[in-house]
Amino acid sequence: MRGQGKPMEGTYIKRRNRPLQVYAVLFLIVLYVPVLFIPLFSFNDSLYVRFPMQGMTLKWYHELWLREPLWNAMWNSVRVGAAVSVISTILGMVAARAITRYRMPGRSALVTFIMMPLVIPGIIFGVALLVLMSRMGVPLSLYTVGLGHLIVCMPFAVATLLPRFEGFDPSMEEASADLGENGWWTFWRVTFPMVFPGVVASLLLSFTISFDEFIMAFFLTGTDPTLPMYIWGQLRFPKEFPSVLALSALILLVSFVLVFIAQWVGRKGLENEN
Amino acid sequence: MTKTDAFISIQNVSKFFGTFRAIDDISMDIGRGEFFSLLGPSGCGKTTLLRMLAGFESTTAGEIFIDNQPTSDVPPHHRPVNMVFQNYAIFPHLNVRDNITYGLRKQKLSRSKRYEMAEEMLEMIKLPDYGTRKATELSGGQRQRIALARALILRPKVLLLDEPLGALDKQLREQMQLELRALQRQIGITFVFVTHDQEEALTLSDRIAVMSGGKVLQVDTPTGLYETPKTSVVARFIGNMNFFDGTVRRNGAAAAAIETEGLGTIQVPVADLDKPDGAAVQVALRPEKIALSATRPDAAEHAVSARLDTSAYLGERSHFYVNLEGRDEPVAVSQPNTSRFNAANQAPSGTEVWLSWSSDAIVVLDPE
Repeated sequence: MRGQGKPMEGTYIKRRNRPLQVYAVLFLIVLYVPVLFIPLFSFNDSLYVRFPMQGMTLKWYHELWLREPLWNAMWNSVRVGAAVSVISTILGMVAARAITRYRMPGRSALVTFIMMPLVIPGIIFGVALLVLMSRMGVPLSLYTVGLGHLIVCMPFAVATLLPRFEGFDPSMEEASADLGENGWWTFWRVTFPMVFPGVVASLLLSFTISFDEFIMAFFLTGTDPTLPMYIWGQLRFPKEFPSVLALSALILLVSFVLVFIAQWVGRKGLENEN
Repeated sequence: MTKTDAFISIQNVSKFFGTFRAIDDISMDIGRGEFFSLLGPSGCGKTTLLRMLAGFESTTAGEIFIDNQPTSDVPPHHRPVNMVFQNYAIFPHLNVRDNITYGLRKQKLSRSKRYEMAEEMLEMIKLPDYGTRKATELSGGQRQRIALARALILRPKVLLLDEPLGALDKQLREQMQLELRALQRQIGITFVFVTHDQEEALTLSDRIAVMSGGKVLQVDTPTGLYETPKTSVVARFIGNMNFFDGTVRRNGAAAAAIETEGLGTIQVPVADLDKPDGAAVQVALRPEKIALSATRPDAAEHAVSARLDTSAYLGERSHFYVNLEGRDEPVAVSQPNTSRFNAANQAPSGTEVWLSWSSDAIVVLDPE
């Protein structure tokens, strides 16, 4: 709408709205400027986060590089994130297909049920799972963290995949069956390629969420910490703080890139369809 | 359940969706190489029956034999039939060639052989050099042809077509009708064609099954359906028809007549009439089988006088609605405009005209 020089005469939608533009800019500033301080101070040559900055340095990043436990924590998070994203995406596909394909009683109740973890505070799920695990005598480990993350990620996976399956014409699968392919081959040759952008988006989104997740991990981590747990542990030591900033800056960057790719792939796929 | 000589034999087939009877005890045979149409209004069960042939719907009762093989336990991907879907169901993530060769995977052909076959099919549907086009770049008519090629490349015993021309504009539809008919003659595969367009069914088919409410009303050739409908529902559905209530009057074994409301008493050959004396019947008369004239035609077998009500000029023909004495509903008459200046087109409402028709023009039906 903007940037076209002259706004179109007489069209309501395309008219410029100055207060709205100011509001939008303010909104973005409030949302993202505090976050931008993190990468900014990660280059600060001082232990303390305060202006004026003392000068540019990369030593915090260098220090990160040499820290063995950090890389272990990172690897733990990557493993949990990879497993959780794959499992939640597979379960999400199964759920989305069932919800869109079969007429069943309580369909909308089921969707609500799957989406419930979005609105239930993580701390409640965390405590509940911790109680359950200790009752059942299951030792806390990366597996229990993964289970917690699965609950957190499922709604996102389903929400990402559901529109893909809803926009999917069932006669495509019938056509494949008619042309001689059984259910398995139909899935691989028709269904999966057509929902593929949704699958990629779901994988990236689930991975990002699991990678950043703290509350579930806080309750369910055993002896191997995930990255957010490690960062939290380091916050007790003031002299570690700049390194934490550097690490946070890196995580921020990777998260942004992943979410951006997920959105882009998702939109690309929807465009191709029309 | 017996085997028959028919290529497709539908035997006492019913289909229930819950308590709704979508298909109500249908039995019919379709011959090898026949262009067979299922014609009926939406919701009559024609698409359900087609989907049962394809295997997408199970039969609640009865059995369908294809080439003498019972099909109940055969899943869609093992049936010797292929389908052209109403929306064509072209795979959007594949190009035209990969769409056409989709069904060839199990035949384990070399890539060059597959491409060659695809090129042959593209040649046949008059879309050469379209192989590498994206499926999303095709027009409606092209998608329809690709869907046809994708089904025919597998050399099915039966091709099922679910209103494949419904989404096309009128001109393209008429062109595709001709092409479809020519193609069917050329390859000789049995076509089962679903449509709600009676003109399309008449144009294309060897035989037509008229369906309504999950039942088959009549299976006949296009001329058979049009000229000798068995019931008034069929007569009403195919083309236009004037109906006159009448009563049979038998005069001994040799002669019979029908007293009608509006047309007077009509003599009919006894051989054509299997109704007893006093039976209520309907006399049906097509609008184009009634001649309109200003004076009583001398040679006419039957003639009545009437008053012109309204007329509609349609170019190649004109429709007239005339009122008969003793009848409330106007009678439709269709006249070809064989000369440039047809006086009837200019005649004002209320003009006295004569209607005439020959004995073989009328059809005697049971009342509804």
